[in-house]
Order: sequence, then C-alpha cells, then structure tokens
Amino acid sequence: MSFSPKEIWHEFSRNDIGLIGIGIILALLGLSIIAFVSIPVETFKEWNDPANWLSYPKSALPAWVNYFLPQKIPEHLVLLPQVSIQKTDRVMAVTNLFAVDYQYDSFPSDFIYQYSTKYSASPLIQMSVTRPDGLELELMSTSLPSSDTQTKFSGMIFSTDDFMKKNLKSDSDHFLFPFDTLSSENIVFSKLDENKILKGHYVFKVTFYDVDGNLSLDESKFILGGKVYGIMGTDELRRDLAVGLLWGTPLALFIGISVAVGSVILGLVYGVYAGYKGKTTDEAMMRFNDIIYAMPVLPLLIILAVTIGNSIFLIVGFLVIFGWVGIAKVSRSMALQIKTLQYVEASKLMGQKDWKIIFKHILPQLLPYTFASIAISVPGAITTEAGLSFLGLGDPTFPTWGQILHDASSYGAAARGLWWWIVPPGIMIAITGLAFVFMGHAMDTIVNPKLRR
Amino acid sequence: MMGFKRYLAKRAITMFGVLMATLLVTVALVGSNMDAILNQSVALDVRTQVTNNKQLLASFKTPEELDNYTQNQIKQRILALGLDQPWYSPPRLGLAMYKILTLDFGHAKFLTSDTGSSDVKDIILEKLPRTILLFTTATVIISILGIFIGAIAANKVNSKIDKITSAFAVISSSFPVWWIGLLMIFLFAFIYPIFPARATPTVPVTDPGYLVSLLYHMALPLITLVLIGFGSWSYLVRNFLIGILQEDFIMAKRAVGIDEKKIMYRHALKNAAPPIVTVLALGLSGSLGGAIITEAVFDWPGMGRLYFEAISVLDLPVIIGATYVLTAFFLASIFLADILYGYFDPRVRRQ
Repeated sequence: MSFSPKEIWHEFSRNDIGLIGIGIILALLGLSIIAFVSIPVETFKEWNDPANWLSYPKSALPAWVNYFLPQKIPEHLVLLPQVSIQKTDRVMAVTNLFAVDYQYDSFPSDFIYQYSTKYSASPLIQMSVTRPDGLELELMSTSLPSSDTQTKFSGMIFSTDDFMKKNLKSDSDHFLFPFDTLSSENIVFSKLDENKILKGHYVFKVTFYDVDGNLSLDESKFILGGKVYGIMGTDELRRDLAVGLLWGTPLALFIGISVAVGSVILGLVYGVYAGYKGKTTDEAMMRFNDIIYAMPVLPLLIILAVTIGNSIFLIVGFLVIFGWVGIAKVSRSMALQIKTLQYVEASKLMGQKDWKIIFKHILPQLLPYTFASIAISVPGAITTEAGLSFLGLGDPTFPTWGQILHDASSYGAAARGLWWWIVPPGIMIAITGLAFVFMGHAMDTIVNPKLRR
Repeated sequence: MMGFKRYLAKRAITMFGVLMATLLVTVALVGSNMDAILNQSVALDVRTQVTNNKQLLASFKTPEELDNYTQNQIKQRILALGLDQPWYSPPRLGLAMYKILTLDFGHAKFLTSDTGSSDVKDIILEKLPRTILLFTTATVIISILGIFIGAIAANKVNSKIDKITSAFAVISSSFPVWWIGLLMIFLFAFIYPIFPARATPTVPVTDPGYLVSLLYHMALPLITLVLIGFGSWSYLVRNFLIGILQEDFIMAKRAVGIDEKKIMYRHALKNAAPPIVTVLALGLSGSLGGAIITEAVFDWPGMGRLYFEAISVLDLPVIIGATYVLTAFFLASIFLADILYGYFDPRVRRQ
C-alpha cells in the first residue's frame, strides 16, 4: 500500500488524463498569479462600488465579437487629450483636443467628459465638436462654481444633459430631419440628410477660460460610450468582467483547496481514531457520523450563512463541517484493516501509546488515499460555494464566480441574452472542477490497484 | 428476516435522530432572532389594543400613567406566553419541538400562499406537490434513460457509444445544475423563445387551465434536470452491469447459448437492481437538497423557492416549517433507499 513519491510520479506521468488535470491546475495557478500582479487587491475590493466603474460602459459585449460581425459595434473608448494653453492679457485658455477616427456602424451609446481642476475665481468651460464634414457644433458652455480661494473641483459633462440638446437645436437647420426624440450623440454623429451614422474623424474640443490665469487641470478624459469593451465585456453595473473572472480564480482555488484539505484531515483523524479504538467509542462516533451524513446540507448551509455570517472564511468552515463525513467512513474501515496487521499489534504489545500508533503507523499508510480524496473533494466545495453565492449568500467583499452569476441572474441576464455575463463564469467553475476530478481520478487508479486494468 | 427488521429499526432511529438534530440546529440558529421578533410583536399588539380602546385611553390622566399601564400589560403578556425565558430553556424548546413535530408551524410573518392564507401549513401544502411533481418526474425519466443507455454502453464496452457516455457523464456532472439552467433559459427563452423564462404559471390557481400552464412552465426545468442527470446515471448503470457481466453465472448462460439481449435485460439488469435502485433513491434525495437553487433559477413555485424567499425576508416560521418538511422528505428518500437495498440484497437482511 505504500509508495515512494518517485513511483507515484512515474505512474502518474503515464496517465494522460491526470496530466491534463495537472496542466489545467497549473494554468489556473498562473492566472491567479497574473491576477495578484496585474490587478491590485484594492481595485478588486471596489468591485461592488458603483463609483469605481463610472467610466465603463453598461452591459458591453466583449470587444472580440467585432471580428465576427459584418456590422462593427462601437467600442468603448477612453480618449486622452492633446492640451495647449494660450494666454492673452488677462485671459488664459486651456484647450483639450480629443480626436477619434470613428469607423463603427452604429451610434455610440453616450459620451462623457470627465475632469478635475484647481482654480480660483470662476472659469468657463466650452465644449464643441468638429465633424468629418467640417461642420462645427457647439455642445456646451457652462461656468464652474465661483470661489475666492484656490479650490479643487471635479465634474463631468454628460451627453444626456438637456442643455446640450438645446444647444444642438440652434444648429438644427443643417440637418434634414427633426431632433425631437433623438439624443445628443445620435445628432452629433449623424449624417446631415438622414439619421444614419457618419464615419470619419471627429475632434472634440473642450476649452477652459480663466480670468485669473492660474487654472490647472489634473484630470481630463473623454469617454465615448460604446457597446463592446475589453476581453470579457462588462455587466449591467458597468463592471469589467475580466477583472471579476481573473480574481475569481485564486478565490475558487483557495475555497476548494482549503475546504478539501480541512475536511480530509478532519475525516481522516476522526475515522482512524474510531476504527482504532473500536467497540463503544467506534459505535458512538459512527452514529454521530451517520447523523451528519444524512443532514440536508444546503438548507443548513443557508441558515448558517444567514444567521452566523457569510465571510469567506466562515463559509470555508461551514463546508468543512459537512465535508468530512464520507472520508471518515472510508478511513475507519481502512484503519480497521491496518490495526490487525502484525507490526501494529506488536507495537501495541510493546506499550506504545495510542496516539503514537495512530500517527506513526496508521496515518502514513493512508497518505496516498488522502491525496486522492483531497483532489476529489475540491470540485464539490467549489460548486457548493458557487451555489451559495449564486443565492446571494456569499461573501460580498470577495466576489466569486458564483457571485457574478448571482448578479447576472438577478438582472435577468439569461432571458435578456447577455451571454457573456453567464457563460465564462460557469465554464471556469466546470474547468476548475474537471481539473481536480482528472487529477484525483489518476491518483485513485495509482493507489487503488483494483481500478488499474 | 429478524435481522432485516432490526436493521430497519436502527436506520429509522438514526433518521429520527437526524431530523431532530437538524431541527435543533435550525431552532438554535434562528432562536435568538425569533425571541426578538416575538417580543416586538407582543409590544406592538398591546400598544394597538390600548390606543384602540378609547374608554381606557380617557381614564389616564398623565402620559406616564399610560406608559406604566402598557409596560405592565406587555410584561404580563410576555410572562403568560413564557417569553421571559430564553428560547433555549427546556420548557420552551420542548414546546417548540412538539409544535413542529405535530406540524403546527404557526403563521408566516410576510409570505402567503397563492390563495392568500398565511398559515405556514397551507403555504407548504400548496408548494410541496409542485416540488414532488418536478423532481419525481425528472428522476423517473432519468432512471429510464439511464438504464437504457447504460445497458447499451455495457454491451459494447470501449465502443464509440460507450466512450461518449463516459465522457458525457464526467463533463455533465462538473457543471452546476443551476448554471445549465441559466444557459437553457438563454437558449430556449431568448434565442428560440419556445419556453417561458420564469417557470411560475401566469394564470391564477383557480383557473381550469392552471394544470396545463403549470406543465408547460415545467418543461424547461425538467429538461435541464434530465440533461444534467442522465449522463452520470447511465455511467453508473454501465459500471454496475459490467461488473455483473463478468460474473461466472453470466458466463455460464453465455456458454449455454442464451441470447445476449436476454442475458442483459433479464439476468444482468435483475442482479444490478439493488445498487441501481439504491443510488436512484439517493439521487432523488440529492436533487431534493439542490431544489432550493434549481427552483430559484427557474422561479419554479415549489418548496425550494419558498425556502429561499423565506430566508431572504427572514420569515422564521416558514423557514422552520420548510426545513422540517424538506428534511423529512430528504430522509424519507434515504430511508427508502435503505429498505430497497435490504429488500433486494439478502446479505443485508442476514447481517
């Protein structure tokens, strides 16, 4: 029953499915490292903070869908300015130019200008756009709140602003169609003779006029709202799904592995102790085991999460409470066999203490079995946690794949066709589970010669 | 036969122990909340009674007097109901368990049945048949499909069909049922709008067309349950059958020249029946346990969704009632598995 690590690896390397499993797990570990390195934990903790995602598009498809579509869906663009400063006698003008070559087949969903500035007195902002056909449209002119001392101010100009629509109306004689129901972006990006998209170079110009001449711009960006974004798209709450999926990987691995290790160790010690002691102790311990074994896990997990708490560590603990029973049963029957072996009886006769016999002679025999059952227990833990999160009972500070799916379901993503919100998290759950099943299966065939055929 | 009876009695006692333990855990977890809620409702009751009684109200001269009176009344009421003692005091715990055992769950705080009753028993009696309908139908279809496909695969080990069955079993069991549910809604309610996305029937219960509507709305969850379930099930049947086909008595029948089909369906399946039936009953209990999520995905108006709704508004009487009924059914199917196993396998009986 005992194997040296070298033998195990030799057997393992001949098992294709096991190698595939190991390969996937290594890839997932790689993803976790990428997540840690590229996305700081702070960003991830802002997952549920809507303010953090304002500059992202709402329910945008992944950007790569454009490769498969004849009609190019507008991409969500964040434009950076080309700044120039002119100074006359007393007035200073800071001009920001945002140029874009718009080659998509439909209108952008909106546009937002975002800025933060330091100034005194009362500067003026003016926004206009020069279209590919040379027409220049005035969009907005507004003043910042006046102040006597140096102040900081951040603000945004939205294309949904009624004032912008009013400004556009004064140019309505250039267009051959009525403006009534159209939003500003559908006018700015439209052909003159009909309400269709006009492709080409657009230049948005935002100018700050300051009388005091000590205005400075800290942030200035122009967001052209689109319907595709990034590798994975965004959800209804504008969150970048790539961030969520990437960070879900280490979380799933953490939950799965810690629950599996916890339950297997607990079950092993419990089962071996019961089997070794035998008689009444064994009987009592096994009846308790039966009771936990037959309890309905999910309802109890839900009640535990609601009444005690839903931090990720608590949930790992709850899963361990219900996870150890099966392993305890198997390791008990193994211990029953091992304890009759002569060398165990011999050490008993020599007066070895019980716990020493258990730890020195019985547990090491069960090690190969232990590793196989750890691998096999991982998928169950991951799916159960995902299920809990899917019901909205997971840890909200660490959003997992299940939680992404919970949000998707509560916004009716399936019935509304937002497939990019549903498909990737589920596939990640399944792939992670499969990888551990493959690995566990391969290890099982090694430690259980009966299965080798 | 005596042995079998003893075995069953032992299992029944364990099951009862599980039921009690589950209920105790539930009551213990929600107990402190329940006390706070009960005390609040008593105070509210007394206050409304006092303010509605104009005569009584007029007899007080100062606001302090009124306050003292109501405080006294509340105290008396709490004493009368035994709420002065915490929920874990033996008399209250005993009473609570007794009430639950006799199916007296009291009235729901927020939830009502479709007909408007707030009696927890009414609510549960309304939802329970729907859960049973969905999950037993699914289990029956899965078992028939599984036995059939499993037999075919076992007949031709290592053939294409066998390999596809095995691969499908492994892959289908690694996807969560509820995720497949989301995909099915996406496919059959959005891309090809054949079935409704929400499985709650749109017509009222009293309408004669209700049953038809219910069955139509049941299609999508049913298909999902079958799709995710039959793969691993046929794989199990295949493995049981392969084990039995290697036994000597089958070899002997082959040697005699009995037709392969007859061997498979008459002799092999009969001998594979005990493990098959046992696992089937266990599978039913497993899917019942998962009913909460499955019904939440499809919005199927059964016990699982009731449980989930009760949890989200913390409707304690419903939570306790639903836990009791769900656990009882869960245990009943495990117990059924025990009985069937003992019935089919004489070795258990003789133990």
